[in-house]
Amino acid sequence: MNGKFFQFSRLLYILLFFFLTCNLRAEQVSENTTIFLKTVRFLSLTDYSVQIVLLGVIFMGFGCGLMGGFVVTRKLSLFGDTLSHAVLPGVAVGFLWSQSKNSISILVGAMIAGFLGVFLISLIKKTTKVRLDSALGLVLSGFYAIGICLLTRIQKMEFGNQSGIDRYLFGQITGLSSSDVWGMGISCLLIVLITILLYKEMLLTGFDPGFARSVGLPVDLLQYLLWMLLAFSVITSLQVVGVILVSALLIIPAATASIITQKMKGLLLWSATLGVSAGIVGTYLSFLGNQLPTGPLIVLTSTLFFILILLFHTENGILFKWLHSRGREQKISVENTLKAVYQELEKNSFSDDTITISDLAKRRRINMPEANKEAKNLVRKQFAFLLKKENIALPNEDTLSLTPDGWGEACRIVRNHRLWELYLTNEVQYAPDHVHEDAEKIEHILGDVTVRKIERILSNPRMDPHGKLIPSQQDIEKGYIDKKLVRVL
Amino acid sequence: MNSSPLPLEIHDLTVSYHRRPVLYGVDLEIEEGSLVGIIGPNGAGKSTLIKTIMGIVPSRGGWVKIFGQKGKKSYTRVGYVPQRESVDWDFPVSVLDVVLMGRFAHVGWFKRVSKKDRSIASECLEKVNMLAFADRQIGKLSGGQQQRVFLARALAQESDLYLMDEPFAGVDAVTEDAIIELLRELKNRGKTLIVVHHDLSNAKDYFDQLILLNMRLIAHGEVEKTFTKDLLQKTYGGRLTVFTEIADQVANTQTSDQVTHNHL
Repeated sequence: MNGKFFQFSRLLYILLFFFLTCNLRAEQVSENTTIFLKTVRFLSLTDYSVQIVLLGVIFMGFGCGLMGGFVVTRKLSLFGDTLSHAVLPGVAVGFLWSQSKNSISILVGAMIAGFLGVFLISLIKKTTKVRLDSALGLVLSGFYAIGICLLTRIQKMEFGNQSGIDRYLFGQITGLSSSDVWGMGISCLLIVLITILLYKEMLLTGFDPGFARSVGLPVDLLQYLLWMLLAFSVITSLQVVGVILVSALLIIPAATASIITQKMKGLLLWSATLGVSAGIVGTYLSFLGNQLPTGPLIVLTSTLFFILILLFHTENGILFKWLHSRGREQKISVENTLKAVYQELEKNSFSDDTITISDLAKRRRINMPEANKEAKNLVRKQFAFLLKKENIALPNEDTLSLTPDGWGEACRIVRNHRLWELYLTNEVQYAPDHVHEDAEKIEHILGDVTVRKIERILSNPRMDPHGKLIPSQQDIEKGYIDKKLVRVL
Repeated sequence: MNSSPLPLEIHDLTVSYHRRPVLYGVDLEIEEGSLVGIIGPNGAGKSTLIKTIMGIVPSRGGWVKIFGQKGKKSYTRVGYVPQRESVDWDFPVSVLDVVLMGRFAHVGWFKRVSKKDRSIASECLEKVNMLAFADRQIGKLSGGQQQRVFLARALAQESDLYLMDEPFAGVDAVTEDAIIELLRELKNRGKTLIVVHHDLSNAKDYFDQLILLNMRLIAHGEVEKTFTKDLLQKTYGGRLTVFTEIADQVANTQTSDQVTHNHL
């Protein structure tokens, strides 16, 4: 957990650095255009390029987000990555075929290469003992290497110079044409359509392919359909974010969504929404800072969303969990101190209603500063008040006295502890010297209902296995324990 | 042959995994309304038999008839309970979602589950005493509860033949009692049940018939006739050394044309 957290905080620093530099640049480059004016320009959608790009990233974010939901829940995250690398040789060959960058042949080439990659993976799985992750890595790096070789050759050719073919490697959104956006739109529409129509079939084949086969579903066919859609969304997104970052569009929104919800429908919706939001925010940020590329900024925004939700989600967030456990620890500490005060009072047969801080320190086995802190905690919670007394051994030492609330809480904890000990010895047949440690933990979590139940089972006992008095409800309400009673027991 | 077809008829069924034969020439005829246990040592091919009947694992020879029919059409009449470990319990689905999956074969392609399907699923959850957990994510259940969810899903299939793969594995005593009670109730309603079982100590009490399996069919029949020292020894004792050796040889020499199964 700690190691993970360290990585995230480092990521956060890097992100912060980027956003700062991005803002600085915006101010340096154009002194008369403030961020505000740029924001207005962005939001009013007056620039045609902004319109095109925004439409593109919305389609891309939605489609990839949905696909990511399916891919991540099937534990095939690496599969999207492999597919995105595998299409690269196809892009290059398609480009060579038509010698232009906006053409259907690139799409076709990418599809063919993608399916070749998928086919090779299944072939390796079927015929060899190589495991799936190794097969994925093999195909990923092999195809990528071929792609890089071809692309380098193309760039050295005469028509290659102006081709902008390297945008497939790193992504470049400025050259986005309306036909590219059409492609994204169609792929997004297909994904939405299939998700709606085949939701339950996809759910079943994803969760339990064996059972799906047993009810006659064509599991392999559905899987190929999923891969085809995955290939569509990967190929259409390539020019925005590039080969390497495409898988981030698939994985990050879905991973974020899986922190938020544990239902498939919710996960798909959240994933798509997060994908779209990251697309819009990333585009806006790159619009503010002229020098920064859109694709990586979209991925960074997506990562930022992930970190924010990981930290601040109200149920599964790290911060919430930390606060929760800290609150519990504090409660336990306060309860232990109250118990110690009670035991000190009991030691004097309740003849005195105050104890000294040094007694408390001794009883709780902590040092004086810690004991003072604990005492102040009780005072802050209005469980006790501090007062100075003159005629005790240590001059000017504060003494502690419980308020009615504090007395009630102290009695409750001691009662829980002793009742549980008695329950363990009488009903569960524990030896009396084995029960204390267990009771130390259970005393903090016993609820009123359970306490009543135990009292009924043990018929309202007054004495614990060690011969000590169990404070009763009346003792709590009365506010003190009769000295005579203590002596009798 | 009877006028009405048998729930399950298997002839000369042979199956292999990665070229290695795991089941040889199995012949079986199961009559309607029987509660049958499949027992045998680890690696005897018990789960494989079930999976082959359900078409999850392809066979290399022989045939399976379910209510007189071969192939996919017959699957709607079979309820299937896979092994609990076969799925990812972190998958984002609720208990009710999983039970509804049992209705999918009845719902048909592209359509959504109806209110009627939902009420059937709820009834099935009620039967296994899990209705209170309907909305819970399946990972947040104990092993016994997860098994009951699978059982409820099979009930929701409203089938006539049930195939269950180790439904008693890793469940608490209460769940075990609940399951066996449910199996008997189904049997009394004329359903046919075939259950892979690993615990010899109670196999005799749980089932009416036993199938003794160890790569081939050792015996099939009423418990009194099959739960005998001789037959059990034949099933469990004495490793079939020559048999396994040959199987290994086959695995090493045979070329291509094998059909393997992958989960990619």
